[in-house]
Amino acid sequence: MRVVLAEDLFLLRDGLVRMLTAYGFEIAAAVESGPELAKALEELTPDVAVVDVRLPPTHTDEGLQCALAARRTRPGLPVLVLSQHVEQLYARELLADGNGAIGYLLKDRVFDAEQFVDAVRRVAAGGTAMDPQVIQQLLSRRSAEDRPLARLTPREREVLELMAQGRSNAGIAAQLVVTERAVAKHTSNIFAKLGLEVSDDDNRRVLAVLAYLDQDR
Amino acid sequence: MNTDVQRDDFRARTRQAVLAAVQGLVLALVMPPVTVLCLAFTVMSLELLPLGLGLFLVPPVLGAVRRYARARRELAAEWGGVVIPVVYRPVPPGAGPWTHTVTLLRDPQTWRDLLWLLTDMTAGTVTALLPAVLLFFPVQGFLVAAGLWRAYVHGPGDTYWYAFVPVTGQATALLAAVLAAVLLVVAHRFTPSLLTAHFRLTRAVLGGGRGDLTERVRVLTETRRDAVDTSAAELRRIERDLHDGAQARLVAMGMDLGTIEMLVERDPAAAKELIARARRNSAEALEELRDLVRGIHPPVLAERGLGDAVRALALRLPLPAEVSVELSGRAEAPVESAAYFAVNEVLTNAVKHSGADRVWIDVHHTDGRLRLTVTDNGRGGAAARAGSGLAGVERRLGTFDGVLAVSSPAGGPTMVTMEIPCVLSWPKTSSCCATGWCGC
Repeated sequence: MRVVLAEDLFLLRDGLVRMLTAYGFEIAAAVESGPELAKALEELTPDVAVVDVRLPPTHTDEGLQCALAARRTRPGLPVLVLSQHVEQLYARELLADGNGAIGYLLKDRVFDAEQFVDAVRRVAAGGTAMDPQVIQQLLSRRSAEDRPLARLTPREREVLELMAQGRSNAGIAAQLVVTERAVAKHTSNIFAKLGLEVSDDDNRRVLAVLAYLDQDR
Repeated sequence: MNTDVQRDDFRARTRQAVLAAVQGLVLALVMPPVTVLCLAFTVMSLELLPLGLGLFLVPPVLGAVRRYARARRELAAEWGGVVIPVVYRPVPPGAGPWTHTVTLLRDPQTWRDLLWLLTDMTAGTVTALLPAVLLFFPVQGFLVAAGLWRAYVHGPGDTYWYAFVPVTGQATALLAAVLAAVLLVVAHRFTPSLLTAHFRLTRAVLGGGRGDLTERVRVLTETRRDAVDTSAAELRRIERDLHDGAQARLVAMGMDLGTIEMLVERDPAAAKELIARARRNSAEALEELRDLVRGIHPPVLAERGLGDAVRALALRLPLPAEVSVELSGRAEAPVESAAYFAVNEVLTNAVKHSGADRVWIDVHHTDGRLRLTVTDNGRGGAAARAGSGLAGVERRLGTFDGVLAVSSPAGGPTMVTMEIPCVLSWPKTSSCCATGWCGC
């Protein structure tokens, strides 16, 4: 699997290259600035791009803008955005085109190599990887007066959180140490309570949940 | 309809005229004794200076003069709308009688105060008395015409002078009434302006020659002190947070790593446990640093500017917020930052105290001013009281000549408006877009 990596801090870039190579990824390019990233995304057609939000030369949200721009020319290009902070505002922009294949994680998540690599693979396969902090922000904003959400059991809430992060049933089952069948049951309960249409497609399912959580009241 | 308006206008003017006359009368009757006392005590304390006794008398006496002058300044502002700046040089805290006296005597404003006492006794009293005289003298004229002249004029050849009208009988008494009527019309029109003239005189003597500039210097000195205090306090907070937070966690991690090194062969299970702890510590250190960074300069603000930073802020609120932003560019970084934290503080206030279930945030820039409005539908009753969060916001905005206004009737809604004068510049476009390949 070919990865384009954009990160301006040498130590982090080097670490990421090492880690991804160790897990069998092929690094097509590891760049350190916005223009280089734009060029790499255009010319190298990677399977997935791992991008830091803040890049030179402006040190603003260069990486995010490049990723969004690249996805406008090539819809569904898998992009995993990394940042020192997560904002619901950015998550919303990344998810706005509804194509999926989006990841948005805190840089801290690379501490857990297994989970991080799992997230990269999920995004490359067209799935979603949302940082738990984004999901918690969404939930804490909604739960105050959201009746359907209030009807969920604590376990169903846990499942909802993991599902919104983009985990598959198998992934959720492993995390909560329950069977996949139990997760499937929780999932269908959640969808019934929130009034969402059940879909067999995992990616559609995640996007539907995220859209539900992010709708304006 | 039109006559109604005219009648209301006439009544309002009459009220003003009478009020000005009464106020002038109060000033002319009550103030001169106080002024004379102040002047007498000042002169006495100054005369006692060579004896040394004055060192202990001058500071309290001049202090009293200043308090009196301050009270008169307040009256000028309240009754006449004439603002007289207060421009005393600060006396160093803990100064002895000698330093205190010398500082007072070297302050030009002290001598202006004394000059004012002299002027107030004389010209001041006369100008204060004028409105009353102008309003009440015509009354006497009418009374004379109504028959009071008989009390003054006892026989033929006897003359009573009403101003320049010689009253000798009913006919000339009526002439006095005509003059009184003319005077009354003049009084009705000009009494308030006459009182204002009194306050202007006070300002001319008490306010010094460069009142506006001195006032500006005073404001700048104050806001600069506030700015320095605030940033020093911020640095202290950051230092403490780093010291007790991330720094302590890194020390703990280093220690754990040392122990792990020792344990890794002898007791791998224990080493593994410590590794997990070290990882937790590093995650928490990062979390603390992130919070700290957000408090210093929020990343979204750096990346996107004020509009999106406020939007991101609204998304973090526990209640629904409507944000509208109209900015054609970006303000300077310090202004953006001040504006962001001001909105943040006002929102925090609203969430904590107002009991609102909805807020509206409006950010726009017109006529060289950045205007930020935060409205909530809570219970109202908010005010920028000393020591409150809003007062803190007001002080910090002051550094940028910004202002804050609160409208918060009991029962709500609360609307906090902040304005900062500033210019917007065009934002830097990110270079990925500048290449043009992406079509944005």
